[in-house]
Amino acid sequence: MATAKLTFADVALTVNVPSGTRIIEISEKIGSGITYGCREGECGTCITRIVEGMENLSQPSALEERVLKDNMAGHDDRLACQCQVLGGTVKVRPG
Amino acid sequence: MPQAGRARPGSHGPEAVADRVTWVGALDPDLRTFDIILKTANGTTYNSYAVRGSEGVAIIDTVKQEFTVDFLAKVEAVAGYDEITTLVLNHLEPDHTGAVPEFLRRAPHVEICVSPRGLQVLKALLKDRFDDYKVTVVRTGDTVSLGDRTLRFLTTPYVHWPDTQCTYLEEQNLLFTCDLLGCHYCDGRLFNDKVGDFRFSFDYYFDHIMRPFKRYVGEALDLIEPLNIDMIAPGHGPVLRAHPRDYITQYRRLITKRLASETGDLKTLLIFYVSAYGATAQMAEAITEGAAESDDVRVSLFDIQGGDVTPFIDLIEEADGLVLGTPTINGDAVRVIWDMLSSLVDIETKGKLGAAFGSYGWTGEAVNMVEGRMQGLKMRVPEKGLRIKMHPTTDELEECRDFGRRLAAHLAGRPMEREIDMSALLGG
Ligand SMILES: Cc1cc2nc3c(=O)[nH]c(=O)nc-3n(C[C@H](O)[C@H](O)[C@H](O)COP(=O)(O)O)c2cc1C
Ligand code: FES
Repeated sequence: MATAKLTFADVALTVNVPSGTRIIEISEKIGSGITYGCREGECGTCITRIVEGMENLSQPSALEERVLKDNMAGHDDRLACQCQVLGGTVKVRPG
Repeated sequence: MPQAGRARPGSHGPEAVADRVTWVGALDPDLRTFDIILKTANGTTYNSYAVRGSEGVAIIDTVKQEFTVDFLAKVEAVAGYDEITTLVLNHLEPDHTGAVPEFLRRAPHVEICVSPRGLQVLKALLKDRFDDYKVTVVRTGDTVSLGDRTLRFLTTPYVHWPDTQCTYLEEQNLLFTCDLLGCHYCDGRLFNDKVGDFRFSFDYYFDHIMRPFKRYVGEALDLIEPLNIDMIAPGHGPVLRAHPRDYITQYRRLITKRLASETGDLKTLLIFYVSAYGATAQMAEAITEGAAESDDVRVSLFDIQGGDVTPFIDLIEEADGLVLGTPTINGDAVRVIWDMLSSLVDIETKGKLGAAFGSYGWTGEAVNMVEGRMQGLKMRVPEKGLRIKMHPTTDELEECRDFGRRLAAHLAGRPMEREIDMSALLGG
C-alpha cells in the first residue's frame, strides 16, 4: 500500500499514513490546533496552511475552491476536512 | 408586541445625526438580557441610518423584527421607497436584520451590499426569496455611489460574527460600524455628548462580545485607524460624535496585552490543579519543576480547590500555555475545573498550548475529558495527558518532570520531533 508522511508543524508530529488519508482523520486524534465546524467543506473553519507538499494533495473540488475563495484564503491554504494526502511528504499547520 | 419603548428623554422619530444622514433606528429601553449572555440594565437601541445622496438613498442596517413597523415608519418619513437604491447590511445578526424581509417586500429593487461571509447568512435569512433580489458582495475598498455621496466598505470579519463589515461615508468622514464600538445603552438623546456616562456599558459590551476575537478586532482597528473620522455611528448605543477617536483608542487599549511588556520573549505556562489526597498535587509540583528548568518559559502553579476562577481568566488570556490537573471523581473531572474551562469562552484560546494530568483510582476518565474540551476550545494538545494511578512513585514523579520539560519545549518552539504510524492512533 502506498504511504505518505504527514507532518503537523504545530505539534511537531509526523504520522505515516496510507495514501488517500484526509488530514482531518489524523489531526483530530493527535491534538493539532486545526479546528472543524461543518466537516463537510462548507464553513471554512478548517482552513489549513500547507507548508510543504501541496503537489502531494488531491485536487480541490469546486466546493472547496469556492469556500477557500469566500474566506479569502491564500494560495497555500486548503480545507483539512476535504483534501487527501496522496503520497510523498506533506507538512501542515493550522491556518 | 413591545411598543417603541417607554418614555425616554429625546426624540423618538427620525433624527438627523449629520448633514443628510438620519437615524431611523429603534429604542428598546425594556430589554434586560441580550443574546442570552449580556445584562442590559439600560435596554438597548437598534441603530439604522439613512444616507441621502444626489442620486439615491442608502439604508445602513435595520432593526430587530418586533420593531419593524416603527422602523419602516421612520424610513418612510425620510425617503420614498423608490428613492432608496441601496441596503447595506454590515452584520446579519437578527437584531439588525429582523426588518429586512418586510423592507425588501416594499423596496424590492434595492441593491443589497454584504460582505463575502454575509452572503451565506443572507441566503439563510431570505431562503426561497433570495433569488428575487439584487445582491452585491463587497470587499475592502469597494464603493457604492449615491451621486455626491460615496460609501466605501471595509471587510472586518469576526467582530463578532464572520460576516461583519464597516461602511465609511467618505465625504463626511463618518464610519458605520454595526456591533464594533457599540454598546447596549438606551437613551433617546442618541449622542455620546448628550446621554449619561455609558463607559461601563461600552467596556462590558467589549468584554462579552469582542474579547474572544481580540486578534480580529486588532485587524479591524488597523483598517479604521488611518481614516479621517468625525463620527462613529454604531449599531447599538450612542452615536459617537464627540471625540470619536477616544473610543477607538479605548478598544486599542483593551486588546493590548499587559503582561507581554514584563515577560518579553518569555513564554508563560500556567498550571492549575485540584487534589483531594495530594496525589494530583504531587504531580503538579513535579510538572512545574520540569517546565521551570527551561530558561525561556515562566511557569506558575495554582491550587484552585474551592476557588473562584474568574480572577484567573485574565491571566489565562495572556498565557501561552494552560495545564489543568484533576483527579477523577465519580467518573468526571471536578467542578472547579469545568468552571474554569467554561469561563474560557470569553477569551481567545485558539492555538494556545493545552495539557491535562491527574491521578485516578480505577477508571481515570477526567484527563481525557479535559483534553477533549481543550480541543473544543481550539487549543493544540500536543502531549497526551498524563495519568497516574493513586500516588506517584519516584519514577512516576520523574515522568511528570519530563512531561513538564516537553511542554516547555513545545512552548519554546523546539519540541522533540516525533514520528509515528497511523496504526498507533487507531483505537487510542
Ligand atoms: C453571541 C453569539 C455568538 C454566536 N456564535 C456562533 C458560533 O460560534 N457558531 C455558529 O454557528 N453560530 C453562532 N451564533 C449564531 C446562532 O447559533 C444563531 O443565531 C442561531 O440561529 C440562534 O439560535 P436560537 O434562536 O435558538 O438562540 C452565535 C450567536 C450569538 C448571538
Ligand atoms: S470543517 Fe467546515 S469546511 Fe472543513
